[in-house]
Amino acid sequence: MTLDVAIFFISAIVAVFGATMMITVRNPVASVLYLLVSFAAQAVLFIQLGALFLGVVLIIVYVGAILVLFLFVVMLLNLRGGEDLGQPSRPMSRFSKYLIGALLLVELVFVIRGSAGGTDQTVTGMMGPVVETFGSVQDVGMLLFTTYLYPFELTGVLLLVAIVGAVVIAKRETEREAAQKKQLVEERGHSSEEKVS
Amino acid sequence: MLEMVIITLLKIIAVLAVVLTGCAYSTYLERKVVAAMQHRIGPSYAGPYGLLQPLADAVKLMFKEDIIPDNVERWTYAMAPAISFIPALLTFAVVPFGMDMTIFGREIKMVLSDMNVGVLFVFAITSMGIYGIVLAGWSSGSKYSLLGSIRSSAQMISYEISYGLSIVGVLFIANTLSLSELIAQQETILDWFIFSQPVGFLLYVTCAVAETNRAPFDLPEAESELVAGYHTEYSSMRFSMFFIGEYANMLAVSAVGTVFFLGGWQGPFTEQVPILSFVWFFVKVFMFMFVYIWLRATFPRFRYDQLMNFGWKILLPLAVVNTVVTGFFVVL
Amino acid sequence: MTEYLAVLIFIFAGVGIVLVTFLISRLLRPDHDYPEKSLNYECAEEPVGTSWVRFNNRFYIFALIFVVFDVEAVFLFPWAVAFGQLGLYALVEMVLFIAILMFGLFYAWKKGVLKWA
Repeated sequence: MTLDVAIFFISAIVAVFGATMMITVRNPVASVLYLLVSFAAQAVLFIQLGALFLGVVLIIVYVGAILVLFLFVVMLLNLRGGEDLGQPSRPMSRFSKYLIGALLLVELVFVIRGSAGGTDQTVTGMMGPVVETFGSVQDVGMLLFTTYLYPFELTGVLLLVAIVGAVVIAKRETEREAAQKKQLVEERGHSSEEKVS
Repeated sequence: MLEMVIITLLKIIAVLAVVLTGCAYSTYLERKVVAAMQHRIGPSYAGPYGLLQPLADAVKLMFKEDIIPDNVERWTYAMAPAISFIPALLTFAVVPFGMDMTIFGREIKMVLSDMNVGVLFVFAITSMGIYGIVLAGWSSGSKYSLLGSIRSSAQMISYEISYGLSIVGVLFIANTLSLSELIAQQETILDWFIFSQPVGFLLYVTCAVAETNRAPFDLPEAESELVAGYHTEYSSMRFSMFFIGEYANMLAVSAVGTVFFLGGWQGPFTEQVPILSFVWFFVKVFMFMFVYIWLRATFPRFRYDQLMNFGWKILLPLAVVNTVVTGFFVVL
Repeated sequence: MTEYLAVLIFIFAGVGIVLVTFLISRLLRPDHDYPEKSLNYECAEEPVGTSWVRFNNRFYIFALIFVVFDVEAVFLFPWAVAFGQLGLYALVEMVLFIAILMFGLFYAWKKGVLKWA
């Protein structure tokens, strides 16, 4: 067993373990942390495959931004581990989630079996890179601005939509809060008047 | 192979020793400099000029009782100090401390990992620094901690983008993401990127101070309102881990800034006396640290709304404009 | 690949250092716990209420906008590096991309979301 294979198996196991724990653990913050562990292991896998840019971006975007957003949500709602997080899901939604999970598993098996060169090439870590500069940042940059220019600009539009969505939600929330405050003030003003009279 | 492993391990020990000593003496430096600026003497009892003060502090903290409140979330509470310290340490894995040297006939790079996506690595590590703070605040079960950590994390994410963008101008000119190549391109003092990217440099310094939660951006531990912010409930070694982490972060940001804008270890006479490259590097990092402390002694604290406005409405647009303008200059 | 292995070992070394210092401190320090000590700090008073504080949802909005701009920043890195080979063409494309996002920022600004009341 070479070092490469060892690293591959360790990080693969850690990734799957993290993902599983993420789903099963009740404490929301622990859940986020397990997801973090899983992402870190996946980043190792990407880097091992020579996709340096993807590996680091996985950390920057998912661990550095999206998981932080998750943590914010958990903190803002102030969820704790032992609390009752609502009713168990309905039988229908339970059934559908297992069904989708099973479908994904089948798909995964087909992808692994169907890939050219059999399992050897897909599974073990380091294979010869396709091109000399495969996965390098320069390469990714070149591809982004030539072949995949259109999807790239569309990504910009998608991100814009995300901002607009966030703004709309924020506006609605602040308006509701303002209305609540106003109502509260009015009620209080009322009661104090009563006291005076 | 075995040789490689031994060299790597030696490098790791060296980096750890340098960084930890650096952290310890940064606290000394800060106390001395602030004292001098306020016409005080500062630490002066332990050793000559108080030079053994950091050691005495370390021993003292080691012997302190570890008080853990009842309503903390045990695991996250215990892990948070480590999570805030380790990313700060990790940055030093890609920072070149000096020029390549030949020792016992072997060419040895004075950097632990000369990866060609070093800049991205630094950015990734910086973005992870937020976790220790968030987890500490959340798990402590105290109002001050929670408020401090929410404030602190919102502040960090507000300045992180400008922090990343301030470097992009340099990358335009250099066309590389490797830290050692960046240094190689700044051979003479006129090649330093601070001269071609003055706005970028100012942005970097500002965002770096905000990212490390230092004065005048030290709202998370605004002691007059939040006790000690996210580490209110910590004591003993766990508290000092946050403390070391803060200084390690300052050092990391200074070292990286030195590489990006001040030519890293470059300086006169390095060709003749390679050891001098270390000296230049440490002198530059020291200057950065001095500015940090100077800022602390000079400026009053921002108000929170000022802080957020400054980050989103001034720094971010400025960073974007700087990037685009640099782009036009490089093309034309 | 050795470059990345070194970082991996460094991570373990960092974890090791933390564990060792905690261990040493555990061996050295005293442990006299009594109930008043294990209360949360609240200026030497008994804590009032829980730490259950509801936060302004504005924090959450900032986090959302942060995610968007973080993705933008990540796209800027390959652009900056591949710039030498691409030239003016890529610059125009990128300015377009940035303009779209800056439009978003100014929209949020004008709508008063970035205002900290």
